[in-house]
Amino acid sequence: MSVTERPAAPAGAPSDGDASGRGAAFSSAVGGEELRVVQPLIFASSRPGRRDVRFPKPSDAAQAAAASQLELPAEALRTAAARLPEVSELDLLRHFNRLSHLNHAIDLGFYPLGSCTMKYNPKVNEWAARLPGLSESHPLDPPELSQGSLEIQWLLAELLREISGMAAVSLQPAAGAQGELTGLLMARAYHRSRGEGEQRTTVLVPDSSHGTNPATATMVGYRTITIPSNERGGIDLAALREALGSDTAALMITNPSTLGMFEDQIDQVVAAVHEVGAIAYMDGANLNAILGRFRAGDAGFDVMHFNLHKTFSTPHGGGGPGAGPVGVSERLAPFLPEPVPVLVEGSPDEVKRNAWAGRTTPGARFALEAEGTREQSIGKVRAFAGNFGMHLRAYTYIRSNGDAGLREVSDDAVLAANYLRVRLTDAYDLPYDRICKHEVVFSGRRQKREHGVTTLDIAKAILDYQIHPPTIYFPLIVEEALMIEPTETESLETLDRFVAVMHEIAERAARDPAALRAAPTTTPVGRLDEASAARRPDLRHDFGTA
Amino acid sequence: MAYAPHTLDDRDAMLAAIGVGSVDELFADIPDSVRARAFDIPPPLTEQEVRRELTRLAGRNRIPEVSFLGAGAYRHLVPAAVMEVIGRSEFATAYTPYQPEVSQGTLQSIYEFQTLVCELTGMEVASASHYDGATATAEAALMACRLTRRDTVAISSAVNPQVRRVLDTYCSGPGIRVIEVEADIAEGGSGLTPIDAAESSLDEHVACLVVQHPNFFGGIEPMAELAATAHRHGAQFVAVVEPTSLAILEAPGAYGADIVAAEGQPLGIPLSFGGPYVGLMAARMDSVRQMPGRLVGATRDAAGRRGYVLTLQAREQHIRREKAASNICTNQALCALAATAYLSAVGPEGLREVAELSMVQTRHAISTLEAAGVGERRFSASYFAEAAVRIPDAKRRHAALAEQGVLAGFPLEDAYPALRDCLLVAATELTTDDDVARLVEALEATP
Repeated sequence: MSVTERPAAPAGAPSDGDASGRGAAFSSAVGGEELRVVQPLIFASSRPGRRDVRFPKPSDAAQAAAASQLELPAEALRTAAARLPEVSELDLLRHFNRLSHLNHAIDLGFYPLGSCTMKYNPKVNEWAARLPGLSESHPLDPPELSQGSLEIQWLLAELLREISGMAAVSLQPAAGAQGELTGLLMARAYHRSRGEGEQRTTVLVPDSSHGTNPATATMVGYRTITIPSNERGGIDLAALREALGSDTAALMITNPSTLGMFEDQIDQVVAAVHEVGAIAYMDGANLNAILGRFRAGDAGFDVMHFNLHKTFSTPHGGGGPGAGPVGVSERLAPFLPEPVPVLVEGSPDEVKRNAWAGRTTPGARFALEAEGTREQSIGKVRAFAGNFGMHLRAYTYIRSNGDAGLREVSDDAVLAANYLRVRLTDAYDLPYDRICKHEVVFSGRRQKREHGVTTLDIAKAILDYQIHPPTIYFPLIVEEALMIEPTETESLETLDRFVAVMHEIAERAARDPAALRAAPTTTPVGRLDEASAARRPDLRHDFGTA
Repeated sequence: MAYAPHTLDDRDAMLAAIGVGSVDELFADIPDSVRARAFDIPPPLTEQEVRRELTRLAGRNRIPEVSFLGAGAYRHLVPAAVMEVIGRSEFATAYTPYQPEVSQGTLQSIYEFQTLVCELTGMEVASASHYDGATATAEAALMACRLTRRDTVAISSAVNPQVRRVLDTYCSGPGIRVIEVEADIAEGGSGLTPIDAAESSLDEHVACLVVQHPNFFGGIEPMAELAATAHRHGAQFVAVVEPTSLAILEAPGAYGADIVAAEGQPLGIPLSFGGPYVGLMAARMDSVRQMPGRLVGATRDAAGRRGYVLTLQAREQHIRREKAASNICTNQALCALAATAYLSAVGPEGLREVAELSMVQTRHAISTLEAAGVGERRFSASYFAEAAVRIPDAKRRHAALAEQGVLAGFPLEDAYPALRDCLLVAATELTTDDDVARLVEALEATP
């Protein structure tokens, strides 16, 4: 690609034929076919010999000493250099800054993406993550040098234990889906330890569950059985009891559910699962709704995972990194993945009391549990001790909020979701019309039936208001689903503007459906042809023969 | 809540709109029997208080003044420009690009990342990234099982023990058997994976041979021969590589790798006590439909504008549920962005300088240790930027040096009982001549 010049003004963009304001488009002829490019690839500004970061030359002494050592065998050497970009630092910054301008983000606007808890990510967390004492800590530093990192992990595990009511916590899983894998591997190890490994072959999930639940069950060699929801949006207890048996390994249930409903028969659900000797797994994706109100451990769950990037405000990063710690009941604790951060010297209560007061406990010593201590451990699910950078952000967040603050997080998250529920019911169908928790699921079926405007069209129309659309077409059991999670950090003005936007879109759907089907019109690109992307995969830049 | 936007009036207005008298009524659906019985969390802290607390904890870590510790995570320069890029909240506070029209920044950066991983590895297709190098390796092995419809994985014992343990866990899920190919670590050995041992581990059940290169001991493995050995038995060859080494060492695609996995931490990602890091995975295009994880592809909109989307999603959990290639949900987008910005900042010359300096300073350290009679290289094979060094009474002296702020390396004894008294010594471009002198002096002063 040979684009080097940016058009002087949007209106002057030579081939940007519409008046959308997407004027940053570039124009270039590739293979004789005209293609408009919003921001060229980094490779376009590469010139042989251009440099940014340089490194020192090794000293003569170092080179002489090195020369006495073995050389690399000739056949091991690279034959064709990697075509990495050669750019100046300024061009690099401009490239990535311009790319950043093409994103919607929490820090730019409302992001009510259901099930993802797109709350504000406090900047003091980022400040903490960049403290050199933490960011330069090597995972294999001896414990004497990493007491700070270990204390953070130990304290965070203690806080998560208290928040969930679970007996023990592992911070190792790198994401919610990995937390699920960890949880099911522990469930299986538990059954095997009781000689029931062969007999228990199925995992039950509600039909409203995240796709990761059944996918995880498969990774652990389990067959998934789907349990229908009842007319209130809860799990169908009769169907659950029907499916439970001596072959059940576990039930995985998201609570509150992906419909945003608290499972109000949860006590009976857990009891039924335990009655057949199976493991009760709570997917904690929606923990943001119930902090201080409900603890999985109190309700008898054997395992749950946390999503630090949801409930505990660590940045989503455009799709990771996250962190998915798991909490377990006493009977699953022997199977936790290694290593577990432990307090090897000192009283836990004293260490916590001091830490809550900002003090170090003299003589307290932390370590990672030595390999092999936990004889029944499922092993390691990730190298080292997990996404520490996320752990320290979550710790910062929990300490900033404290007890009262965390309760208020859930109160306000639920308040906001219910506010949107009542404000939008006139314009959109509400399949489950009852008090919701942190999110509310509407259906666009009326707009589809009456005006031929799909939920996808509605989502794309929302983009033109600089708002990220809700999660759409999920959960699968709601036709034309619009899953809205406002979170607790959005002001009433923001919520009201969203309500106004959604009303306007409903009204436009009736008046001018064609315009909605053509949305979005103000984004850097319009609707993209996903079918041809999958048919003719173009997954990397083609450098051509040049 | 520290970040609550609502005034008392706002809350009242919202409650009134909902038609309830208090927030408690919104939680009436939680049965009494399971309401939280405790919530013993310390009180809120102001920003200055929480900063004091985190400063206290950071101060409890002691960052060694001199460190030759690597063993899977490496101290490299993180250019300021890279930190600037990943600190931008337009990247950091976005989520997975479900709405491509407003996610072109993230999507294009991933497309660039995939291109760079393909360039480094010499492979045809790269994923949008994985949790870390260990999980990427484990997923690569499972992918090989799907591709070959076989149920056994052969892995060299010279693969990083952390990676092997994660692979064991992942393989235990679907019941994949893992067999180890013993590296030649006997006295006077090469420290490499013997071809004949690889050969004898392979049969019609083995889906892949997994070899790390440079291996855990820094050793230069005979990759082309190992790949050919795997292929003779219809097995895939999985190469686990270190990305900076690829500036100098042959691209895996050129020696016959079918799947490549790597820990991307050396590419501009802080050590941060083990994470977040980023796993790289690359493969041949004919295997793409069995590849786990996100993929970004280029396409266009109705007006002919080029744009990027998540593609080939029919492999993924949110579409396929129990039939998905993996349960992996997202990637490590921000860490992949760091790697993309890093590779752009250093360019081909810079990456070569990093690799060469790391090699030179590792050799400098080892040859100085040998010259001083303090230690000797344990294996005969050539190495990249890390090597096993025998130092009498290594474990005790390693601990004593750590007290002085000098980390002499990684003690190998726990993971490899045969390597008693051996330290794995790594240097990078950040290692100075003074560091080498301090290491040797400290060891001499601590007999």
